Amino acid sequence: MTATMIKEFRLPDLGEGLTESEILSWKVAVGDTVTLNQVIAEVETAKAVVELPSPFAGVVAELHEQPGTVVEVGKPIVSFEVDDAGSSNGGSAPVAGKGSAGTGSADGVSAGDDSSGDRAVVETSPKGAAAAAADGVGSPAKREPNLVGYGAVVEHSGRPTRRARGQAQEMKSPIPEAPAGAEPVASRQVEPETSERPRSTPPVRKLARDLGVDLELVPGTGPGGLITREDVQNFSGTPEPPAEAPGSAAQGERETRTPIKGVRKFTAAAMVQSAFTAPHVTEFLTVDVTATMELLARLKGNKAFEGYKLTPLTIAAKAVLVALRNNPSLNSRWDEANQEIVQFNYVNLGIAAATPRGLTVPNIKDANRLTLRELSTALTELTDTARTGKTSPSDLSGGTISITNIGVFGIDAGTPILNPGEAAIVALGAVRKAPWVVNDELAVRQVMSLSLSFDHRLVDGEQGSRFLADLGSLLADPAMVMTMI
Amino acid sequence: MLTDQAGKGVHHDTPRPGHSAQNPLRTGGDLLQLVSPDGERISHPEFDIWVKDIGDEQLCSLYEDMTVIRRIDAEATALQRQGELALWPPLLGQEAAQIGSSRSLRDDDFVFPSYRESGVAYVRGAHLSEIARVWRGNASYGWDPLRINLATPQIIIGSQSLHATGYAMGVQLDGANTAVLAYFGDGATSEGDVNEAMVFAASYQAPVVFFCQNNHWAISEPVRVQSHVQLADRPTGFGIPSMRVDGNDVLAVMAATRVALDRARKGGGPTFIEAVTYRMGPHTTADDPTRYRDPIELEDWAAKDPILRLRKLLEAKGLLTEDVETRVKAKADAVAAELRSSCIDMPDPQPLDVFNHVYSTPNSWIERQKDHYSRYLNSFNQPVEEGAL
Repeated sequence: MTATMIKEFRLPDLGEGLTESEILSWKVAVGDTVTLNQVIAEVETAKAVVELPSPFAGVVAELHEQPGTVVEVGKPIVSFEVDDAGSSNGGSAPVAGKGSAGTGSADGVSAGDDSSGDRAVVETSPKGAAAAAADGVGSPAKREPNLVGYGAVVEHSGRPTRRARGQAQEMKSPIPEAPAGAEPVASRQVEPETSERPRSTPPVRKLARDLGVDLELVPGTGPGGLITREDVQNFSGTPEPPAEAPGSAAQGERETRTPIKGVRKFTAAAMVQSAFTAPHVTEFLTVDVTATMELLARLKGNKAFEGYKLTPLTIAAKAVLVALRNNPSLNSRWDEANQEIVQFNYVNLGIAAATPRGLTVPNIKDANRLTLRELSTALTELTDTARTGKTSPSDLSGGTISITNIGVFGIDAGTPILNPGEAAIVALGAVRKAPWVVNDELAVRQVMSLSLSFDHRLVDGEQGSRFLADLGSLLADPAMVMTMI
Repeated sequence: MLTDQAGKGVHHDTPRPGHSAQNPLRTGGDLLQLVSPDGERISHPEFDIWVKDIGDEQLCSLYEDMTVIRRIDAEATALQRQGELALWPPLLGQEAAQIGSSRSLRDDDFVFPSYRESGVAYVRGAHLSEIARVWRGNASYGWDPLRINLATPQIIIGSQSLHATGYAMGVQLDGANTAVLAYFGDGATSEGDVNEAMVFAASYQAPVVFFCQNNHWAISEPVRVQSHVQLADRPTGFGIPSMRVDGNDVLAVMAATRVALDRARKGGGPTFIEAVTYRMGPHTTADDPTRYRDPIELEDWAAKDPILRLRKLLEAKGLLTEDVETRVKAKADAVAAELRSSCIDMPDPQPLDVFNHVYSTPNSWIERQKDHYSRYLNSFNQPVEEGAL
């Protein structure tokens, strides 16, 4: 038998109660012959990246969504051409059956009618079902429960219509109206059909956005009306930009998609939470640290420090700890849940570390109690552990203030984002030789910039400034420690 | 050598506290193994006798069952991805533990499974549609527990160990010689229910076997952070003898289960079996193990695959003929196709069906609720009055 029919595969709920998923990639193309359960796509939900196996054996007739698109559960993502006498309905409806969906579901209670293409949920009123059938896609407002095995239900906002008990009399309108049931359908039809946006690929959409081109107006010349890069460029009148800088990406691959996960995902969540929870203020101070560098040189030659790894970070960390003594509010925490400010009487000093797995901020517990030598050892251990990716979760939690040593990348200053839950973070810039005014004369000195971000809920400008000034004076003249402890 | 909790053989040499060597209630050594990962039959003076009846035909039949349930698992996972099942808890990697143990049972023994024992249900004689329908959300139960002496899948972690112990105490009162077996995972041994069950089972010397499939992961929690002793050393604290077996070795699992069932039937009381295996898939289809699991660990365990191991043994014995392979594949294909069609063609439940199995006898209160709900549903069919919304 040569007769074929088109069957749609609608995006199912791949987790427990998920409403949407992102198509990461298609593993098949239009025209490909696929077997039952052959992997056809890779899809990412809020919970997992999963492979979608084909529910049919047949030929891929259409891919409805582009990679990178977030698709609502229940929307068709791929159509197959299958033998008419082929396998039983794999949870999706023949497209031909769509038009009759409204009648099939008109009996709202008899949801067992599985010949209906739309297989409406029990709560669906005739109105809702008809509306869903009318626009084929519906305009999802609120997710309705989906009975498993019905295939994915097309989401729509059809609400059960109930006769209001008792109030019906008072509410009766004197003005004749159109039947209430017809009204939502009509209004729905004038709504723009968001699903019918012009077909293009993400890079082309980006190009259109960059060029200020409205894709709705661009005629597509690609297969199936697909809008190509050339279409957009022709429309806007701009020629093809010169080839990208060599080595930026593999030939032919203009962008690389990496799933957001692991440390990157965690970092992103922490940074967003911090940036949008704590009002950040950042202050800068550039300091002549020549004295500190001389101190370092002296300590390195000191027998007592033999075998210890001393760097500007070691001295700066110690200076931060000393400066905190007189400015304890920088070492505190905003406890939103309890509406309390927690003042720490200890310092767990976090050090931002770039590791193979991404950014981590392990901390040195009770760093305020450590001598310079102990601190040096702790810093060495911490960075070594972080670099091998073996930092334990306990080392990563419980920090009270952090240092990020951006100077190792040759950077002078920045606006660091607070490690969530902490009140302050200090960024240490690179130590550079620079012209500096000493005793009203220009001299070549070793200079470093300090950037301090603090949570303005906890720390006022005065306290933040005092802390930064103290830190600066300690690095400018380590002997100042005599005045602070 | 099989690996330890961390999935790495090297850690295994380090003795742990409560190691079997010091534990008189443990038998079978540190890890009972009758077939090595390379498919080599390892002779064991104490346990060989328990599988000496397993001849060539039986080995092929075990291979068939393990292959078929792996195929059921793969098909069900695909059905979930296609929107035909709401959820599926994969059993990939645990075929030997499930087949070896369930094939050791008698028909009159009673089994209390967790939710992952679909392979056990297959062996006990559950229909494929019965296995699928709970996960499709079409019914609140899968099969008639009394028909196949298999309780319905327990979703609550470890609760079935209490049910099993209670049932076993009933068996004692009946004076029957049937045995009871409860399946649960490594995580369940950290639950109160399992510990309470062991207290009662030991106190009453109930004829129950606690069969723990240590698949190393309680969702995302590795077993090593849950227990500082081997799981097989937990029950001995209750006075329950235990065995720690290679759960990917179907013969070792059979031998240990037979020892435990025999003890139960003869009035010897409960036994705890730790079948050391590995959940090679996700916890359920809603889980993504790559977020918490080292891929190297998975590779280590793939090398110890239970089916691959049995294949190697069959090959070495010259049993894996083309005929056997064709027959097993045909069976697996047929079972998968039946699972698919019975799942997709399953009649949908009606809204009022939810009231049908609340009580076994008519109940006026339920009838009242059913009537109310029925009238509520009918209200959708009535014409909407003007002004009413």
